[in-house]
Amino acid sequence: MTTLTAGALLPVKVRARRPVPVMVAGGFLALVVVAAVFAPLLAPYAPDAVDLSASLAGTSPEHLLGTDASGQDLLSRALYGARSSLLAPLALLALAALLGITMGTVAAWYGGWVDTLLSRVTDVMYAFPGLLFVVLVIAVFGDGLTTSVVAMGLAYAPTIARYTRSLALSERSKPYIDAYRVQGMGGARICVRHLVPNLSGALVGYLVVLFGEGLMSLATLSYLGFGAGSPSIDWGLMVQEGQDAVVQGALLPALVPGTAIAAVVVAFNIVGVWVSDRLGQGR
Amino acid sequence: MLLDIENLTLRLPSGAAARPLLAEVSLTVGRGEVVGLVGESGSGKSTTARAVLGMLPEGASASGSVRVDGEDVLAMEPGRLRAHRSRTVSMVFQDPRSAMNPVRRIGDFLTEPLVRVLGLPKRKAAAKAVELLAAVGLPDPERRMRQRPHELSGGMLQRVVIAAALATDPGLLLADEATSALDATTQAEVLALLRGLQEERRQAGSGLGTLFITHDLPLAAAYCDRVYVMYAGRVVEHQPARGLFADPRHPYTRGLLDCSPALGDERELRPIPGRPPSLSDTFTGCPFTPRCPRAEAECESWTPVTVPFGGASGPADSGSAACRRLELVARSSA
Amino acid sequence: MLRGLPRRIAGLLATLLVASFVIFSAVYAAPGDPAVLLSGSRQELTPEKLAAVRAEYHLDEPLVVQYGRWLWESAQGDLGRSFQYRDQVADLIGARLPTTLELVAYATVFLVVLGVGSGVLAALRRGWVDSAVVGGTTLAASIPSFVAAIALVSLFGVQLGWFPVTGQGEGFAGRLHHLTLPAFALALGALAVISRVTRQAMAEAYASDHVEAARAAGLTEREIVVRHVLRNALGPIVTMCGLVMAGMLAGTVVVETAFGLSGVGSLLVSAITTHDFPVTQAVLLLMVIGYVVVTTLVDLVHPLIDPRVSLGGRAA
Repeated sequence: MTTLTAGALLPVKVRARRPVPVMVAGGFLALVVVAAVFAPLLAPYAPDAVDLSASLAGTSPEHLLGTDASGQDLLSRALYGARSSLLAPLALLALAALLGITMGTVAAWYGGWVDTLLSRVTDVMYAFPGLLFVVLVIAVFGDGLTTSVVAMGLAYAPTIARYTRSLALSERSKPYIDAYRVQGMGGARICVRHLVPNLSGALVGYLVVLFGEGLMSLATLSYLGFGAGSPSIDWGLMVQEGQDAVVQGALLPALVPGTAIAAVVVAFNIVGVWVSDRLGQGR
Repeated sequence: MLLDIENLTLRLPSGAAARPLLAEVSLTVGRGEVVGLVGESGSGKSTTARAVLGMLPEGASASGSVRVDGEDVLAMEPGRLRAHRSRTVSMVFQDPRSAMNPVRRIGDFLTEPLVRVLGLPKRKAAAKAVELLAAVGLPDPERRMRQRPHELSGGMLQRVVIAAALATDPGLLLADEATSALDATTQAEVLALLRGLQEERRQAGSGLGTLFITHDLPLAAAYCDRVYVMYAGRVVEHQPARGLFADPRHPYTRGLLDCSPALGDERELRPIPGRPPSLSDTFTGCPFTPRCPRAEAECESWTPVTVPFGGASGPADSGSAACRRLELVARSSA
Repeated sequence: MLRGLPRRIAGLLATLLVASFVIFSAVYAAPGDPAVLLSGSRQELTPEKLAAVRAEYHLDEPLVVQYGRWLWESAQGDLGRSFQYRDQVADLIGARLPTTLELVAYATVFLVVLGVGSGVLAALRRGWVDSAVVGGTTLAASIPSFVAAIALVSLFGVQLGWFPVTGQGEGFAGRLHHLTLPAFALALGALAVISRVTRQAMAEAYASDHVEAARAAGLTEREIVVRHVLRNALGPIVTMCGLVMAGMLAGTVVVETAFGLSGVGSLLVSAITTHDFPVTQAVLLLMVIGYVVVTTLVDLVHPLIDPRVSLGGRAA
């Protein structure tokens, strides 16, 4: 069998129609990932190198993006901050996807009490607007990045489960599933081997969109002081640490990480919408 | 003449459609007359009616003229056009349920034109609206005024629409499949109502003209004074209604009659083979050639022209048809 | 029209009951002794103090009894005492609630004027205006509200000096002046949703046959837009505005913190930071009640705006 990538199967005209904003956003995200991975090589300073003589310096050849109140180099901190700011939403999505996809598939396949439970849990979750459910979990279990990630994972799981359930229900009624059943294959095996893999396109598109949202929410939690805490380096936390300087007229300490968050979220949304449109078409 | 359409041709920009929407359509409606316009969907009958209101499809370019009371609708300024639409011509649509705004009350629908067009004060308009509803035979008109469209049946709604259409006392009524969405008994009631209103106005001397658009040829032949038959954007036959049943000249008209069942008619039903042409079909000659039982090779290159029965010297009001083999058809049916 | 009302009210109460139980019983989900969590400070925990907390919260009774007592007292306005402020929680919230409500109301004004306005504009003027509105609002939705807050303070507060950076303001005009940037930051993220819903609803209303019929009857485009398009699109627009407004209650947590406003949202943040659990519970309960009640109200109002929708969920 010859190997063909999916792209090669598409007509040339369709393949070429990748809009410019998607290219720019994708390129930017790739750059951010590279920056996060190679932060130690790229950063001009150690991210926690305090230099009180250079407190709140503006942009200069020494400090390209200026410094914060303790004279720490903002470019270096932003590069290191990309690590936790990108890894945390990844962990949250992994948890939420594992829980949500399992729950959604089981609810769609077996129905019954699992299905009822899912809809009840979702109802309760939806009674808490915005991040309030996560805030409740943090209030009980204490703050910290791990609690935030787990709480957000729990909060996102019912949404993903609901989406998976609706996809799985329509996929379940397709003849090929019946064919496997007739062959005597067990439900769990059909779900894991055939059903879920066939949903993966739509699910991945959905998860990419959720990634931007998750990054935004985690940054908000860090900003409120519930997520990543000092001395770790995180964009949301950097904004909180930098906001006092804004009133003194030094905008960079808050705006550099703030812009980083906004730019990455915008880029993720652009790519996410494109990916889910793309993968959605295959269905 | 109340309505006089002359050589109306409507074209969409190339790419949107391969053939003209309307090709050299000529049609007249006199005061007090009921004129039928018959054709399959896509034949251009609704497009013709909309052109009378100056509502052309987006991007369409028109040639020819559409005169109402001698004034060319296609040349009207926007302000004049709105006055034309609100005073001179009214339209009754196929589905009253979708033609009425579902969130507004029946009363608003009737009083709005009375206040806006005739300038009646609100209270007087409401009283007149009740009168109008009673005149179209709606029971309990005061209560209807406060109801919303979803509370009335289709037949009642169509009566409301007719009442609203006649509220401003227009000269010309365009009934676009006005009874097609109704069930048979309601259809008969609404037709009787339209006839009655027409008669009332004829006696009052105001002379309402009606252009009755339908896909139902026997209905049109039974209900109208004269009938035009359209095919692929073209008028293919025009006759007084009584002649149409007895002596259809164009093969398409004949085909339409042959595929409509009638009581006491033992003839075999014969559907017209093929399908009605779409906007992407092009023709080198007569558009009916592919479906025509009498077509010859020459028909494929013959550009249709309307020929009066009995040749150019024949009597003007006996009718006309656009068929190359008209003489042959006329002879064989005689 | 009121057929579905009892069912809706029952649903509302059931949701509130479950949500309040989750909020209350969360204490027991925590590892360790709930008395430790409820006592606030983790230092200087003497056995006497723990016993006092246990007595005050009736921790020795069954969970359901405790919950019933808490619910009953909350319903009567007794929300317990704050450990941090040594004050009645109800008084604490009462003093801060006006700021939060003003903020949400002001943000709703922004939302309606800018969100609905831009949506109408996009629907009426296709082409580049449409693309600009969709692009601009989508961009705004991607910016976290705390980043927007700081950007707004930097630009309009510090650089241009148009708006005050801190404080609450005196008098109506003063408060309005102080709340302008916070309200805008709060509304910014939701603009895209409102704008998109408005644009979509308008487009759908425009495509309906009765608009064509109105045009055939000689109405001007302005009359058509006001009486037939906007009027018919109102249902989804009002519903979405209500839902977003309800959601903004939770959004005040971030915006009040960013602008240093002393409202209920910032109270929640400080209560969590200082482990003041009675205050946390009370604020969460208040926000959930506000959210659920407003969303239910929106559902109930919808059939009044749009007679096509009935409470039973079936179109008539």
